[in-house]
Amino acid sequence: MAEKSKLNLNRVPIPKQAPEVRKRNFDEVALGYSDEKVLEEASRCIACKKPGCKEGCPVNVEIPEFIKAIGAGDMPEAVRILKNRNSLPGICGRVCPQESQCEMTCNLAKKGGPIAIGRLERYVADWERAHPEITEQQRGQISFNGKSVAIVGSGPAGLTCAADLAKLGYRVTMFEALHVAGGVLMYGIPEFRLPKMIVQGEVSYVKSLGVEIKLDNVIGKIATVDEFLENGFDAVFLAPGAGAPMFLDIPGENLSGIYSANEFLTRTNLMKAYRFPEYDTPIQVGRRVAVFGAGNVAMDASRCALRLGAEEVYIIYRRSKAEMPARLEERENAEEEGVIFKLLTNPSKFLGDELGRVRAVELYEMELGEPDASGRPRPTRKAGSEFIMEIDTAIPALGTRPNPIIPSTTEGLELTKWGTIVTDEATGRTSKDRVWCGGDMATGAATVISAMGAGRRAATDIDACLGNSS
Amino acid sequence: MYKVLKREVLVPNTVYLKVEAPEIAQKARPGQFVILRVDEVGERFPLSLTGWDKDEGTLEVLFLIMGRSTMKLASLGEGDCIMDVVGPLGKPTEIESYGNTLAVCSTFGTGPVIRLAKALKEKGNKVVSVMEAKDEGYLFWEDRLRSVSDEIHVVLGDGSRGKHRQASQFVKEYLKSGNKLDRVFVFGRVFTMMECSQATKPFGIKTVVGLTPIMVDGTGMCGCCRVSVGGKTQFTCVDGPEFDGHLVDWELLIKRKRAYLIEEARAFDLWQVDKLRRIAELSELPERVSLV
Repeated sequence: MAEKSKLNLNRVPIPKQAPEVRKRNFDEVALGYSDEKVLEEASRCIACKKPGCKEGCPVNVEIPEFIKAIGAGDMPEAVRILKNRNSLPGICGRVCPQESQCEMTCNLAKKGGPIAIGRLERYVADWERAHPEITEQQRGQISFNGKSVAIVGSGPAGLTCAADLAKLGYRVTMFEALHVAGGVLMYGIPEFRLPKMIVQGEVSYVKSLGVEIKLDNVIGKIATVDEFLENGFDAVFLAPGAGAPMFLDIPGENLSGIYSANEFLTRTNLMKAYRFPEYDTPIQVGRRVAVFGAGNVAMDASRCALRLGAEEVYIIYRRSKAEMPARLEERENAEEEGVIFKLLTNPSKFLGDELGRVRAVELYEMELGEPDASGRPRPTRKAGSEFIMEIDTAIPALGTRPNPIIPSTTEGLELTKWGTIVTDEATGRTSKDRVWCGGDMATGAATVISAMGAGRRAATDIDACLGNSS
Repeated sequence: MYKVLKREVLVPNTVYLKVEAPEIAQKARPGQFVILRVDEVGERFPLSLTGWDKDEGTLEVLFLIMGRSTMKLASLGEGDCIMDVVGPLGKPTEIESYGNTLAVCSTFGTGPVIRLAKALKEKGNKVVSVMEAKDEGYLFWEDRLRSVSDEIHVVLGDGSRGKHRQASQFVKEYLKSGNKLDRVFVFGRVFTMMECSQATKPFGIKTVVGLTPIMVDGTGMCGCCRVSVGGKTQFTCVDGPEFDGHLVDWELLIKRKRAYLIEEARAFDLWQVDKLRRIAELSELPERVSLV
């Protein structure tokens, strides 16, 4: 263990595209460590006896061990250790909120310089993708254990659960409603934060484990969960994802030019509207864009709007900066690119033109009062503060409600009052025999890594249940 | 990939396809739709199901060529493949024993209405059907609709059959002259649905319409297809596609359908320039007609 005096608290910065350049392209913002920089960062790890980082990771990656392998220059070993616990490291290295997980519990965090675990993870994953023969060698022979599992949804929860079960010898079939696998990683998170080539690389890895992916399959419509259970699947894992977008519930919200963040991001990322007319799906952005909400999805939408050519993009949020739910890094990226934050401001109605397109929004100011049920200061309306702001596009990014298709077509699934599926957090079990659930459908909107954690726990429990019954 | 087994240009600008999709065919019911994506760069768009055959494992769709996506679809030949077909989506039509029913259709609504009329008759309803078309040259499947109806009335826009030029005029007079109806269904052009709904409203006869707004995912995830029904925002893809025609905000629907007219025209023109030879080969396809 290094002496205290030798502690190096200088995180090696990750090179990024300059804000002025990147705000007009969809290429990845962060460029990744070079071979030298990764060694420099890895060498800062003091290999604690009681590593806090591991406990902070929802899928318990053996973090000090893989960092040690990087330090020793043994990349195949680093890949092996990382992949042992995390089937999607290229994704996690980019989109996990490390600052509130592994890097928060890193023992160097208290001193102000936690190891940049996410960036190291990303480096290892990118190295692996450039050396596909390594994973090929590392993948042992898997023998079919005679059990089949259906997984509904191919987002982070579904992919993780599928990979874990496939490695244990289960025959896994994954059903995806859209025309590509990856769920929110494909339709939601923008290319500049998570290149789609990387997502598809991870999907290919899961397929290489023998998982079959059936695209264009909306479960509840083309087949039901009950039919899966009757027709040979021993278990079903439900991970259908974020569901139905919420709107502001104010007059004028159905004018054209008002997109839910889901629609705006789906058109942009999944349908590649930023390459219209080469791609067929259009999108309208105009000069001035207002995004409502201040979570990660709002940051993604505002940064996409800039890249689609908007001159001014506003984040309109009814609370103050301190209460913003977005990751600090995403907020900083958005600010650097020129997104304007209009805080303590709330909309009251949209105004349209004669063609039914939005042309302005009426806003009013808020004041912060006593803490509310969430513990945050309650914003209240400041009397007489109304004003009109002209806009061409509005994007409510207010979260989602569960999609009703699966609950309404499955017998005996108990639901919460929010419409999510009642799920035991530790095991992923639902009220229905042989049916597990995880991800946003169980918890409401959350992060990629928490969905992956749920996929992992469900896979463990499915194996425990099916293994015992044989 | 979903193979096109049969393709037919029924009347100008109106194309019929039979597509291999065995799993969807097992589950399809009247009133439902599919989302298609023709090729890798294609957009996702909905089409109502005209028919399906469980044993054969096929679906049938019927559509107007309105822009780049429908033109791409129309230019596929027998044996070609559609990249994605997703379905069956939306809630199926509620089909009960109502008594006297009226089923109105225009253009692409004709397919769904034939299926619906058949199902209504099987439930013991009396089915009077009304078929609306521009003129004799745009009329198709009259015999098919007749075979599943107790009575059929054809209304042509040039007034060449009977005195009416629009289906709604027929509906209004049919009710005024004392005919009793228990339920009305209208599928096809937005204007046909809107005007027929307005015609039945004073008589308080529940009128079911099948809406066709712009969609992206078609599974309730994006909200692009939202419509206002009775003052409430609804998602056509999961709450519909059928709604009470008396409660639909028609003006909003029409404006939202037209939101991308400029982009659509640009994409269509570029595609045509790109594919002039292909279009020439398919010379049986007539020139483009107006959008609504």
